[in-house]
Amino acid sequence: MITLPSVLLLSGILFSLSVAGIFLNRKNVIILLMCIELMLLAVNFNFIAFARQLGDIDGQVFVFFILTVAAAESAIGLAILVVLFRERRSINVSELDSMKG
Amino acid sequence: MATDITSIADLAPAGAEIFVLAATCVVLLADVFWGERQRWLTYTLSLLTLAGAAVITLTHGAPGRELAFSGMFVSDPMGDVLKVFTYGAVAVSFIYSRDYLTRRGLAKGEFYVLALFAMLGIMVMITAGSLLTVYLGVELLSLSLYALVAFDRDSGIAAESAMKYFVLGAIASGALLYGISMVYGVTGSLRLDEIAVGVSEVGASQLGLVFGLAFIVVGVAFKFGAVPFHMWLPDVYHGAPTPVTLFIGSAPKIASFALAIRVLAEGLGGMVGGWQDMLVVLAALSMGLGNVVAISQTNLKRMLAYSTISHVGFILLGFVAGTATGYQAAMYYTLTYVIMALGGFGMILLLSRDGFESDRLEDFKGLAKKSPWFALVMLMLMFSMAGVPPFVGFWAKIGVIGAVVDKGYTWLAGIAVFFSVIGAFYYLRVIKLMYFDEPTDVGAIEAGGSMRFVLSANGLAVLALGVFPSVLLDLCIRVLQ
Repeated sequence: MITLPSVLLLSGILFSLSVAGIFLNRKNVIILLMCIELMLLAVNFNFIAFARQLGDIDGQVFVFFILTVAAAESAIGLAILVVLFRERRSINVSELDSMKG
Repeated sequence: MATDITSIADLAPAGAEIFVLAATCVVLLADVFWGERQRWLTYTLSLLTLAGAAVITLTHGAPGRELAFSGMFVSDPMGDVLKVFTYGAVAVSFIYSRDYLTRRGLAKGEFYVLALFAMLGIMVMITAGSLLTVYLGVELLSLSLYALVAFDRDSGIAAESAMKYFVLGAIASGALLYGISMVYGVTGSLRLDEIAVGVSEVGASQLGLVFGLAFIVVGVAFKFGAVPFHMWLPDVYHGAPTPVTLFIGSAPKIASFALAIRVLAEGLGGMVGGWQDMLVVLAALSMGLGNVVAISQTNLKRMLAYSTISHVGFILLGFVAGTATGYQAAMYYTLTYVIMALGGFGMILLLSRDGFESDRLEDFKGLAKKSPWFALVMLMLMFSMAGVPPFVGFWAKIGVIGAVVDKGYTWLAGIAVFFSVIGAFYYLRVIKLMYFDEPTDVGAIEAGGSMRFVLSANGLAVLALGVFPSVLLDLCIRVLQ
């Protein structure tokens, strides 16, 4: 029997991993996009667990909206990445520092 | 489900949103077919869309609170006022941006269509009755803004700032969602009115609820740009093309206010003690860091970005109070700040011309000799932002400071006054450059007649609303009881 706290713990771990990934990664912007996806999926895990626990359909509906928005979000993220690569010839995170102050 | 849809009349409260969505699709199609040949068409249609939406909102305004879509959509007088201000702010930013976009070869339909979709996102946030609608509004606004920032495809710093905005904005949405999922798990509902009941049943100190609240506050603070979640703001303001900076600096502030009032005040109002403590820290840090760092800036867009951060601190003061008076003061501050920000960024667009961005402080040197009238307009805007009477910024600051003093946060009011005195320095420096320095740039102002007229009206509005502060203040008090 898998209980609610263990599912919440798993999604909490996934969420922390994705946040850590975003702040520790200094190399590749694509890894940032992967971390953002992982973050949204961790939240989906939460919603499904709660929806099942509460016997309520709203949480599962929310998951479908998150999935759709996540798809749109990665499309825009990758489009910005293409523009960035065309201008800079690099997608290195540590080189994104041309503005100061 | 109290308000199931049985006839088309049940959709009436959402009339303005439905109209904007349909009209924006028309603008998009018209631009695809005729936009290349008829440059004026997209611009005119966009302004007509805004006018049509304003007519619908003003004639079909909600007398009280009306629900639609099974309670996911709320139409109330506060929402109507915020929406009408949003239309106005978007229309003014279109008028200011037109010359700049035409000169740079950026006058493409994308700008108008994305801005209208962003505005639709703001409207959805204003009328949100459920956390699902809140989330969809936030994402519609944010995704349109990411694309807008990167829309000058030949600018390296625009792409860089779009990437930063995208990554940090996505973290904010993730944090907000995580908080929403915790609140949903504890209260068992996504509807804000049911969450308010659920919070009072389980008690504000329930662990899961406090955990969720912390994440929601982080998400809201990110969207506002409050310290320590402000990192995206200076780079985005600096890197984006100036018309986009103008757009981001104005209407989305109304959205942030709506987000805070719907989620924190209406949904989680029972936990006011919990989020008050977090907002005190955010407000104090924002006012401090924003005003101090702005002093060392040489780029006007960047300076106004840090000034935005400090103004966000003041808006949060109204929420710290957690009373009806506080929310009214925060709303008044937000609306007046939008007017001042439109004018401030509008001045940069006014002076810019081919190959000259006019976004450095030194570009404003000697403006009083070139154009005494627009130097006076800039002087009024800067005095108002600094909070000098009789301009409107003074009354806005008085309102929020009065609200926190009433709640016994005298020390916080002291911090606010101290940092607005420090902040006055960099606003006055702009005035000194305009009036007492010799011009380094000799080019004449090339802006068209409609922009000069609206910008003059914008500057005079700051003075007129300051002389008659009760006009706007009474409106805020009436709609937010």
